[in-house]
Amino acid sequence: MTLHAGVAPRPFHRLGLPAFGLIALVALLVAAAGAVSIGEVAVPPAEVVKVLGNRLFGMDLAVDPIREGIVWHYRLSRAAVAASAGAGLAVCGTVLQALLRNPLAEPYLLGISAGASTGAVLVMVLGIGAGAVTLSGGAFLGAGLAFVFVAALARGSGGGTERIILAGIAGSQLFNAATSFIVTTSANAEQTRGIMFWLLGSLGGARWPDIGLALPMLAIGLLVALYRARALDAFAFGEDAAASLGIETARVRMELFGVTALLTAGIVSLVGAVGFVGLVVPHATRFLVGPSHGRLIPAAALAGGVFMVAADVLSRIVVPGQVLPIGVVTALFGAPAFAFILWRSRRRA
Amino acid sequence: MTLQARDLAWETGGQPIVKGVTLRVPEGRFLGLVGPNGSGKSSLLRLLAGLRRGQGGAVLLDNRPLSTISRREVACRLALVEQQTATEVALTAREVVALGRTPHRGAWETWSAADHAAVAAALKRTGMTDRADQLWSTLSGGERQRVQIARALAQMPRELLLDEPTNHLDIRHQLDLLKLLRGLGTSCIAALHDLNHAVAFCDEIAVIKEGALVAQGRPVDVITADLIRSVFEIAATVSQDPSTGRLRVDFLPD
Repeated sequence: MTLHAGVAPRPFHRLGLPAFGLIALVALLVAAAGAVSIGEVAVPPAEVVKVLGNRLFGMDLAVDPIREGIVWHYRLSRAAVAASAGAGLAVCGTVLQALLRNPLAEPYLLGISAGASTGAVLVMVLGIGAGAVTLSGGAFLGAGLAFVFVAALARGSGGGTERIILAGIAGSQLFNAATSFIVTTSANAEQTRGIMFWLLGSLGGARWPDIGLALPMLAIGLLVALYRARALDAFAFGEDAAASLGIETARVRMELFGVTALLTAGIVSLVGAVGFVGLVVPHATRFLVGPSHGRLIPAAALAGGVFMVAADVLSRIVVPGQVLPIGVVTALFGAPAFAFILWRSRRRA
Repeated sequence: MTLQARDLAWETGGQPIVKGVTLRVPEGRFLGLVGPNGSGKSSLLRLLAGLRRGQGGAVLLDNRPLSTISRREVACRLALVEQQTATEVALTAREVVALGRTPHRGAWETWSAADHAAVAAALKRTGMTDRADQLWSTLSGGERQRVQIARALAQMPRELLLDEPTNHLDIRHQLDLLKLLRGLGTSCIAALHDLNHAVAFCDEIAVIKEGALVAQGRPVDVITADLIRSVFEIAATVSQDPSTGRLRVDFLPD
C-alpha cells in the first residue's frame, strides 16, 4: 500500500512532511519577501536581494543606506520575530489540543497569554530590571499562575472539555483586567499606551536582539514537543488509554504544560498576547498532514511562521498609512475558525 | 501464574470499592469476571492494569509488585481494552492499531518492519484488514471494539484485560468476539455481563460482589443456582447438557 520503510502508516490522501515542508518553506519565503518590501517606504525586490547580499555575505553592493536600514534593522528582524512567534504559538496550540483533548485549546483562549501579559506588565511597572529576560521571567510566572488558576477552576467545576474553555475565559478576563488596572494606574503616559500591546499584540518593537530570546525558546519547545510526539499521539483516547500504552501521563503533562507556559511567556514578552494563531494553524495543518504528532508538530511550526508573517503584512496594508495590531488580524481569521470548529463539534456530539 | 492480586484494596472518596481481593490469572486461559453493576469489576481491572494504585495489598506481575515496574515495561506485556473509547482525532483504524506499538518504540525510533508486522497481524486476527484505512469515526460499534482489541494485540501482551468487551454489540458480534478472545492463547481477563456467555467461553470464572471476590474456579464448579441467588439476587436454574457437558443458566421470573 502506501507504506514506506521507516515511515508510520499514513493514508494516501495526506500530505507527507517533505512535500508539506517544501510548500511551507516557499510560502515562508514569499511572505517574508512581502514583509521586507511592502510598507510606507516600498523597497523593490532587487534592492532587498542586494541588502541581503551585503549583510549576509559581506558583499559591497550599492544600496541606499536608509532603505538598507529599513530592510535589515526593521523589516527583516520584524519578519523573523513574527515567524518565530507564529511557530511557537502553533506548537503550543498543537500540544494543548492533544493533551487536553480539546479542539479549542490554545494559549490565548485558555488565558495563559493573558497571565503572561500580567506578569510581564508587573515586572515592567515595578521596574525589576528592564531586560527581555526579566520581562519574560515575569511573563513565565504569570503564565504558570494562569495555568494553575484555569486548571483548578476547570477541575473544581467538574472538569470536561467545555469547562476548560469557560475557565479559560474567566482567566482571560481576570488577567486582562489586572493588566489594564496595572497599566492605567502606573500613571506613565508611555506605558499606558502599551496596553494595546499587551492585550492585542504588536510587532512594532521587534528587533534583532529579540531573536536571541525567541529562537532558543522555540528550539526548546520544538525539541520537547517532538520528543513527546508519541506520547501526544497516545492521548487520542484519553489519559487512561495513554497510561495503558506505557506513557507516564502525569510527568508528560507537567513537562509539556511547563514548556507551553515557557514558550507562551517568551512570545508574549516579545510581541504581546496574540490570539488564535495556536487555534487556526494546528487545525489547518492537521487537515493537510494528518494527526500524527511526529509530522504535525514540525509542520504546524512552519505553517505558524508563514501565517504570522502573512498576518503582519496584512496588518500593514489593510488600512493605508496605519498599522493594525497583529492580534486584530489574527482574530479576524481566528474568530470565524473558532466558530466553525464549535459548529462542527456540535454536529458530531 | 504471571498476574495476580493479593489482598488488593482500593477506595475512592472515602468509599471502599475493592475489598481485599486475592485473584490469580491462569496463564494462557480465559478468565471471566462476573458480578452485578457497581460490584467493582471495572475498578479491579484498572488496578490489575496498574492505572490505579491500591491502598492495600498488591498486584504482582511475575511476582514483582506492579507499582515498582515502569509504565512502559508494563505496557509491553499487558494490554487493556476499556469499555468506552472515544476520540475526536481523525485517525484511521490502522493508526489506532499502530498506537499499540507505542511502548515498544523509543522516542526517536522510526517505524520498523517489526512494528508493521505486528500491526498487520493484529488487524488480520481481528478481521479488520479490509477496514484498516477507514477513519475511526466511520466505523460501527463492533468494528471499533475490534480495532481496540487489535490495538491491544499490537502491544503483544501476555495478559489482555477487557472491560465488558461485548457491550453494545449484536449477538453475532458478541459470539465472534468471545471466540476470538478464547482463540488468542494469551491470558485474558474480561468483565462479562452475560452469564451464559461466561460459562460457555471462559476457562475460569471469578465472581465479584460488593468489591469482594466471592468465588473463583471452573464455570461448572462456580456457577450454581445458589451463587446466582446470593450474588445477583435472582432465581435461576443451572443445567448441564449430558452429552456435550455444556452449562446453561436459565433465569426464572419471580
